[in-house]
Amino acid sequence: MKYLKQVYLATIFLFLYAPIGVLIAQSFNASRYRGHWTGVTLDWYTKLFEDDRIMNALSNTLTIGISSAAIATVLGLITCVAMKELSRKWRATFMSVTNVPILNADIVTGISLMLLFMGLGLRLGYASILLAHIVFNVPYVILCIMPQLMALDKSFYEAALDLGASPFKAFWSVVLPELRPSIFAGFLLAFTMSADDFIITHFTKGAGVDTLTTAIYAELKIGIHPEMYALSTLVFVFVLIFVLLFAINRRKLKHAEDVF
Amino acid sequence: MFNKFSRNVLLTPFLIWAGLFIFVPLIFIVWYGVTDNDGNFSTANLAMIFQRGFWDALVLSVELALVSTVICLLLAYPLCLILTERQRDNTTIISLLFILPLWMNSLLSTMAWQTILEGNGIINQLLRLVNLPTLQMINTPGAIVLGMVYNFLPYMVLPLFISLSKIDRSILEAAQDLGANAWQKFFRVILPLTLPGAVSGITMVFIPALTTFVISALLGGGKLLLIGNIIEQEFTFQYDWHLGCALSVILMIFIVLNMLLTMAFDPIKEEGDAA
Repeated sequence: MKYLKQVYLATIFLFLYAPIGVLIAQSFNASRYRGHWTGVTLDWYTKLFEDDRIMNALSNTLTIGISSAAIATVLGLITCVAMKELSRKWRATFMSVTNVPILNADIVTGISLMLLFMGLGLRLGYASILLAHIVFNVPYVILCIMPQLMALDKSFYEAALDLGASPFKAFWSVVLPELRPSIFAGFLLAFTMSADDFIITHFTKGAGVDTLTTAIYAELKIGIHPEMYALSTLVFVFVLIFVLLFAINRRKLKHAEDVF
Repeated sequence: MFNKFSRNVLLTPFLIWAGLFIFVPLIFIVWYGVTDNDGNFSTANLAMIFQRGFWDALVLSVELALVSTVICLLLAYPLCLILTERQRDNTTIISLLFILPLWMNSLLSTMAWQTILEGNGIINQLLRLVNLPTLQMINTPGAIVLGMVYNFLPYMVLPLFISLSKIDRSILEAAQDLGANAWQKFFRVILPLTLPGAVSGITMVFIPALTTFVISALLGGGKLLLIGNIIEQEFTFQYDWHLGCALSVILMIFIVLNMLLTMAFDPIKEEGDAA
């Protein structure tokens, strides 16, 4: 039985990582065409940084990701604080509204935002992508922060007020530090969602502006430039190291807790 | 925490966000869907769904999305049960490794499946190596289902994993002590307790699978059209926005049904109540 379980885990693991292995292999393939193996090269890794189109798309992805996640985090945090004060019934109603963009299909969200932007006379481009990403990021931030805020003990905040702190000061130095983990998680989730989004960006972008995902989509028909594989491999290795460091750190922390 | 006035001030940005960016855009879609090019009310575009090509695409989309959702559910339950079984030291790392593929660009990893499945792809080259007949895998409904399962499995695993790890160990031990066998333990204790997680996973997989146009374009070879492909083409090639919106309205019916299903099992509401 134990053996069977390990085989099961390994099979799913293989299923999840097989395409990733293929992509990483392709980033070292000397041939421009996928499926033709003509030897190992590191050329794509150096050419990557000389490719203006890819570097542009990368910088759009990063700046849109960071700014949309930051704005969504502020907006989400303010909303959560206010929602905590609502009656249970109203809070449930607000949470259902928040869930609409998450449960809605990306294609419907993308088309509806495109129609809105054009209806408002906004030119489709960088700004419209940024706005769209803020829109779909807010719910993820709220979903991350709300549970922790609801579980927070109000009496610390009230004690700060009794001791003469202004509401803002009390919030800033008592409530906010407690919420730091969920705020960080919300920001990170929002950034990930933004960086990985293709469908909504596809409909709300204008000609000439690309993020990494839309640049990849444009290349699908003509053949992906191997530089893209190199970039994805770098991103993947970067995230892998980050995740492993995080896991090891947590284990050490847990271990320390067990000892004391 | 503070008075009603400042609460309402703080809620204003959210209300503007929800009104302007959630509800107004949806009204735009419905408006375009029920009018024709001259701006007159018309249900002609909505009725187009019953035309052969469109209806076939909708039926195929629903079928493939259902099959993918069931496969995800069947794969995710054993996976999550194994992962949550014992709190081993390395459970966190193993669980993280199952989420990690999410950070690989999904367009690229779906395309990598092309390289694996195609006529001259990795699997067929391996089959040739051992003198077995090659298989036609790419451009089949099966390839699209595989792509859907690959892309959306994490959305099933995450909610299931969370609701499974919330189950109190002692409840499971009690079931065992009272003589339940493994099947009884699963069907009478674990399944009811994880139902909200499973429902949330089902909606998180079914809707993106139903509405995708990327996976079918990459693994269906452009011949197997899903309803998402047809809608996307109406906006990028045909420029018939009224028809595209009408077909989106049809999709929205499925989405609303899904939302109602989720609300009936809402795990978020329970958390809010408990706090």
